[in-house]
Amino acid sequence: MADELTPQVPPDQPRIGVDEWVASVEGKRERYRGPVGWLRRGWDTAPAGARLLAFVIPAAIFPLVTTEGNLFRYGLITLLYALLGLGLNVTVGFAGLLDLGYIAFFGFGAYTYGYVASVHTGHHWPAVPAILLAIAVAALIGFIVGFPSRRLVGDYLAIVTLFFGQAFVVFVNNGDRINFWPFNRTDLTGGANGLDNIDPLKLFGWTVNTTKEYYWFTLGAFLLVIILLYLVSESRTGRAWKALREDPLAAEVMSMPVNRLKLMAFVFGAAIAGFAGAIYGSVQTGAFPGDFDVGLLITIYAIVILGGAGSLAGVIVGALVVNGVPELLRDPNQAEWVFYTALVLLVLTKVRPWQKLVTVVGGTLALGFALVAIADAWFPRWTAGEPNTGKLAHWVSHWMLLPSHATQIANWAYALTIALILVLTLLRGWWRTIVMIPTIYVGAFAWENLLVEQTVGATRFLLLGALLVVLMNARPQGLFGTARVEIV
Amino acid sequence: MNWSLFWDLTVSGLTLGSVYALIALGYTMVYGILKLLNFAHGDVYMIGAFMGWFALHWLGGPVNPSATAWLVVVLMFLFAMVACGGLGVAIERFAYRPLRNAPRIAPLISALGVSFFLQNSALLLFGASFRDYDTFHLIGAKTYNYKDIFLSVPQLLTIVSAIGLMIGLTLLVARTKIGKAMRATSFDREAASMMGIDVDRVIASTFFIGSALAGAAGVMFALVFGQIYHFMGFLAGLKGFTAAVIGGIGSIPGAMLGGLLVGLAESYATGYLPQGSTFQNLYVFALLILIILIRPSGLLGKADVKKV
Repeated sequence: MADELTPQVPPDQPRIGVDEWVASVEGKRERYRGPVGWLRRGWDTAPAGARLLAFVIPAAIFPLVTTEGNLFRYGLITLLYALLGLGLNVTVGFAGLLDLGYIAFFGFGAYTYGYVASVHTGHHWPAVPAILLAIAVAALIGFIVGFPSRRLVGDYLAIVTLFFGQAFVVFVNNGDRINFWPFNRTDLTGGANGLDNIDPLKLFGWTVNTTKEYYWFTLGAFLLVIILLYLVSESRTGRAWKALREDPLAAEVMSMPVNRLKLMAFVFGAAIAGFAGAIYGSVQTGAFPGDFDVGLLITIYAIVILGGAGSLAGVIVGALVVNGVPELLRDPNQAEWVFYTALVLLVLTKVRPWQKLVTVVGGTLALGFALVAIADAWFPRWTAGEPNTGKLAHWVSHWMLLPSHATQIANWAYALTIALILVLTLLRGWWRTIVMIPTIYVGAFAWENLLVEQTVGATRFLLLGALLVVLMNARPQGLFGTARVEIV
Repeated sequence: MNWSLFWDLTVSGLTLGSVYALIALGYTMVYGILKLLNFAHGDVYMIGAFMGWFALHWLGGPVNPSATAWLVVVLMFLFAMVACGGLGVAIERFAYRPLRNAPRIAPLISALGVSFFLQNSALLLFGASFRDYDTFHLIGAKTYNYKDIFLSVPQLLTIVSAIGLMIGLTLLVARTKIGKAMRATSFDREAASMMGIDVDRVIASTFFIGSALAGAAGVMFALVFGQIYHFMGFLAGLKGFTAAVIGGIGSIPGAMLGGLLVGLAESYATGYLPQGSTFQNLYVFALLILIILIRPSGLLGKADVKKV
């Protein structure tokens, strides 16, 4: 009888009196099977020290097995980005403040270090006081900017800091000829040419010179900061920041000093950026206005968001992906491989069941070969273009139209690709599968005829922008972040 | 006091201010309804300037247009406004609507991504070099004057058409059915949807109108200052948002007032403050900080009362 009285709720409906999310946590963890699940469970249960070692050991081996140039491009720059990401992670990830002037603090670090240690100004401080000064200046500026802005809700803070970042660029660009009181003709920043000839770091008699030495130094600095941040994130303040991020109002009701916490997070992030800036200045042996622009800001945001805001491991993975992939794209030959590998992986993992997969792959290939055959027979101009260099591009040229008059057509193909992708997100079922075929082909056409030629500049940045949008739509919590629990 | 310099600065400040005010309107309308800071708005303005350029060249170019100059200008405005309106609706549909119930930071990041994407797409498609509207050949270099006040034709056109668009917008919001729905939605979205208002449609039309105004602003700017390039939207968007904040975000008359104030401030800073022509943006920034400190909700904004 009792069974009849309880209403029969289908298992996929919410049950009254049971918190669905809490009840299904175990099930969610179990859902990962095979090697992925094994890795994930191992990662979740491993102590923090072991997780750190999983990063440190490959990072320590890396300089022993690679060339100087690769070490700089893939190793040192990734580490610097990761260091910057750690600082931004405090402001955005822990405390949830949208700080869009973050790069300016990085710039202040570099310029401060350059000001007290370079041929340009004639001062030659040793590294320890110079770096400490750079950190202090960045933190102080962070305090000054944060103090009036701390009362502001998220969006106002964003615009004030964005403007601040822009003001910084204007300032350093013209800082060599400020001509009014109290700066009468002082050269603070070297103007548009930047501060050149910055000293290498001098630590207790040891001068850091080669890329390898810089790599070791930066790795050490990175470990120092990440351990510090781990301790901070587990501390009272760290927990208070996270509470603030989740719900500022509730945090205030719990008598947390909201304004002071916000300011602390802001200054903390700025200080880390200043530290990274000092290292960057000495690595580059110069500080140039163009280095501290919006492009870098987007890159660092992509790192933090991709990894998952608030996750330290996420920052490392994010930096590896966001720096590594565009670096690979720099070389058109490698870029071809990256593009087609990503495309094939995307299709293989996302198209289910196998009937649709076969349709998409077969359809795309057939479409390409058919078009090339038709063009060969009747419109020779459409296949007369030169294929790009490299083996893969040569194979692709049998499948892809390469018109000799490509520029205009490729521009329209690019616009058409965007439109098709947007349409694709609206379609469901077999329509989606069918539209996917021309989408892939037109996309690859735009890639071969337009995008691959600009991989150093526009292409990688526009892919970065698209990545941010797609990521926000698909997985707002990032790779390593925990999904936000919304209990109403 | 050099009055002729003063009037010159005032006129150019008002011209610039009209452009900023139109951009600020788009920001403020979207913010009023969605509480979303649409970073991509400045880039919509940039696309508008390019669309105007394409319209001009499809109509035969500035030297030898296929119709009378005034008709060409009107068609440029119309084309840029419709194209930008469509772009705005698409951005809303694909980058913001899926995130409507996500945490606050998600749509902001998405907006940042859209902005970056548009900028670099423009770089890719239109190239890195400047393009010239060549207004001189299109509508000549005639100026009108009243004593010391000199107004060139593009300046006059900008100020007058900006005022016209603002009056149109005010009437639209105050008198029409869709305007009423917009006000209701911005007042309380949930309650509005319960009253049978199609909130999605209202938001889409807000984006259409705001983006169309930005497109018009892009064409105006290009008519007065001549040159356009792919990165022009960033700073203009920043100024537009500053204007919206100064006027009180969410308030439509506030955005107009703020835009004119920012334009005038920038112009006077260029003329009167030390090294103004290099540091004008820093002075505008200082004005923003000052206003936020004194009146956090802006000049005409209402203080935000939070209910739990």
